[in-house]
Amino acid sequence: MTQANPPGWRLDLRGREVVVSLTGDWIARETGLRNIAEVRQALESLDAVRLGFDASGLGRWDSALVVFLQSLRAEVARQVPPLGLDESALPEAARRLLALAGLAGGSESAETVPPPPSLATRVGRSAFNWWGGGVAVAALVGETVLRSVAAFGGRARTRAVDVMQLMREAGAGAVGIIAVVNGLVGAILAFVGAVQLRRFGAGIYVADLVGIAMVREMAAVMTAIVMAGRTGGAYAAHLATMQGNEEIDALQALGIPVHDFLVLPRVAALVAMMPLLYLYACAVGLFGGFVVSGATLDLTPAAFWGQIQTAIAGRQFAIGLVKSVAFGALVALVGCHVGLKAGRSAAAVGHAATTAVVAGIVGIIALDALFAVCADALGI
Amino acid sequence: MAGGAGPPPPLLDAKGLTLAFGPRVIQRDLTFSVRRGSVFAVMGGSGCGKSTVLRAMIGLLRPAAGTVAVDGEDYWGASSSRRAEIGRRFGVLFQNGALWSSMSVAENVALPLQIFTDLGAGDIDALVRLKLSLVGMEAAGKRMPSELSGGMRKRAGLARALALDPDILFFDEPSAGLDPVTSKRLDDLILELRDGLGATIVIVSHELPSLFATCDDGLFLDAETRTAIAHGSPRALRDGCGHPIVRSFMERTRHDHPGQGGSP
Repeated sequence: MTQANPPGWRLDLRGREVVVSLTGDWIARETGLRNIAEVRQALESLDAVRLGFDASGLGRWDSALVVFLQSLRAEVARQVPPLGLDESALPEAARRLLALAGLAGGSESAETVPPPPSLATRVGRSAFNWWGGGVAVAALVGETVLRSVAAFGGRARTRAVDVMQLMREAGAGAVGIIAVVNGLVGAILAFVGAVQLRRFGAGIYVADLVGIAMVREMAAVMTAIVMAGRTGGAYAAHLATMQGNEEIDALQALGIPVHDFLVLPRVAALVAMMPLLYLYACAVGLFGGFVVSGATLDLTPAAFWGQIQTAIAGRQFAIGLVKSVAFGALVALVGCHVGLKAGRSAAAVGHAATTAVVAGIVGIIALDALFAVCADALGI
Repeated sequence: MAGGAGPPPPLLDAKGLTLAFGPRVIQRDLTFSVRRGSVFAVMGGSGCGKSTVLRAMIGLLRPAAGTVAVDGEDYWGASSSRRAEIGRRFGVLFQNGALWSSMSVAENVALPLQIFTDLGAGDIDALVRLKLSLVGMEAAGKRMPSELSGGMRKRAGLARALALDPDILFFDEPSAGLDPVTSKRLDDLILELRDGLGATIVIVSHELPSLFATCDDGLFLDAETRTAIAHGSPRALRDGCGHPIVRSFMERTRHDHPGQGGSP
C-alpha cells in the first residue's frame, strides 16, 4: 500500500465561477471524511453564480469523495440565489455514483416517525397487551384440555412417536442433573436442620425435617425449575426457530393442526415424566439428607428411616405428585406459548428462550404459593 | 469494456482448484482468472457446486487442492490473520441478504466501518447514508431486517457489502427469488456500481437473462463431470459453444422465452 496523500480542496474564483480544486487521496478508511462546513463558509464569502470542479490533482478516491460531493451538492442547492453546478470535470465514475445516490427515495416513501405516545396511551396499550396475553394463555390451556380429551378418544393428530421421543429427551435425559440438584438440596436441609436441632437434643427430628420438606415442597419445585431451564427453554427455542423457517406456516397450510402436532405431545411428555422424576427426586433427596445426618449426628440408618416412615404420610406424596403434574403442564405450556408467538428472527429465538425460562420459574414459585394457601385452607 | 493499455494482471487467479466435503468431490481442477474491472460469472445448473466455488474464494471453505491468488498473493497459503486482511477487500452479498437480525439496516451497514476503521460516529453515519442511498434504501435505515421484503433485504445486503468500498464484490444468486422486474433493476444496479466504484464483480447464478445482461466473462461448471466444461462470457457461450450440455443450458431460455435470449 502506498502512503495516502491527505485529501484537500481549494476554492478559486475565476470570473464569476468558483472552481473547487480537489487534490490528494480521498479514501474513507485511510484519510477519513472532509467536513463541508469550511467550504460553506468560503462559499458564502465569495460572490459567484456557478460552481465548477478541477479534478486534475485528484489521486485515489472512494466513498469519502462521494460523500463530500453529495453534501456540496446539497449546499449549492441551499444557496440563495441557487448556484449553477457544473460537474463535467469530475471523474465519470463519481458522477455515476452521485446520480445513483440522487435517485434515493424515489421508490420508497420517506419513513414517517410517529410522535412518542402519551403516558395514558402507553398505559392503555400495555393493559390491552396484558389482557390479550391473558386471553391467549387461557385459549391455549382450554384448547389443550379439549384436545387432550380428543386424544384419549384417539381423535387427535398427535403422533405417538413424537411423544415417545419427547419423553425420552425430557425424562431419561434429565435424570443426572435432577439427581445432583435434589441430592444436594436434601443434604443442605439436613445440615441446616442438624445444626439447629442438635442444640435442643432433638437431632432425630432432622429426618422429619428433610422428609417433609423434600416430599411436600422441594423435590417438586426443584425438579420443575430444572425442567423449566432445560426443557421449557428448549421447547420455546425449537418452536421459535420453526416459526422463523416457516415450518409452522407449512403445517398450517397443509391443514395439520399445530396444536395437536406440536403442543400436545410436549405437554403430554412433561406431564407424564414429571411425576416419575418427582418420585426419583424424593428418593435422591432423602438419601442426601440421610448421608449428611449420618455423618453429623451419628444417626443409625434404622433410626433415620424409621423416623422418616412415621413422619411422611401418603398424603404428602399425593400433594407432591399433584404439584409435579401441574408444574409439568405449566412448563410445557409456557414454553410452547412463548415459542409459538415468537418473532421470525434469530434474536427472537433467544428472547423466546429467555422468556420461557423466566416465566416458567416465576410461574412455578407462584403456583407453589397457591398450593400452600389451598393446602392450608383445606387442612392437609 | 476492459480496454486500457496492455493486459492488466488478473485480480483473482485460481489454479487447479479442487473442492470437496471429505471424500465427496464437488468440483475438481478448476483454473480460471478474473480480470480487474470485469463481471465474472460462475454458471451451471442447480447442485453443480457454484456456491461452493464461491465459498472457496471468500474464505469459507478451504479447497482440497489448488490455489486462489488475490492480486498475485496466495490466499489460502497466507496466515489466517493475513487472510482476514485480504478478505476486507471483498464485499459479499449472500443469497438471502444474511442481514444480522438483531440490528437495524443502518447498523448492519455501519458494523464493518465501526470495526475496521477509525472513523468517528458522524463520518460513519454519512458513509452509511451514502451506501443506503446508492441502493435506494435511504428511507429504510431504521427498519429491522424482519420488516423488509426479499428484494429490499438483498439491496440492504448489497449496501453492507459496499460498506468498506471493496475491490471485489461477490454475489451469490443475486436474482434468486426476485421477480423479473426487480431482478432487472438489481442487474442495472450491479452494472452502475461496477462503473461507479470500479469494482470487480463475481456473480454466481443460473439466471440466464441476468447473466447475459451483466457478465463479460465466465466459467461453466458441470455437475456430471464435476469440472468446468467451458470458459467465456455467457453471450459468447450461447452463440458459439459446441458443448451439448452448455448449448442445452443456454438455449433453454431461448425456447421458453423467445424475447429474452437476444436482449443484451
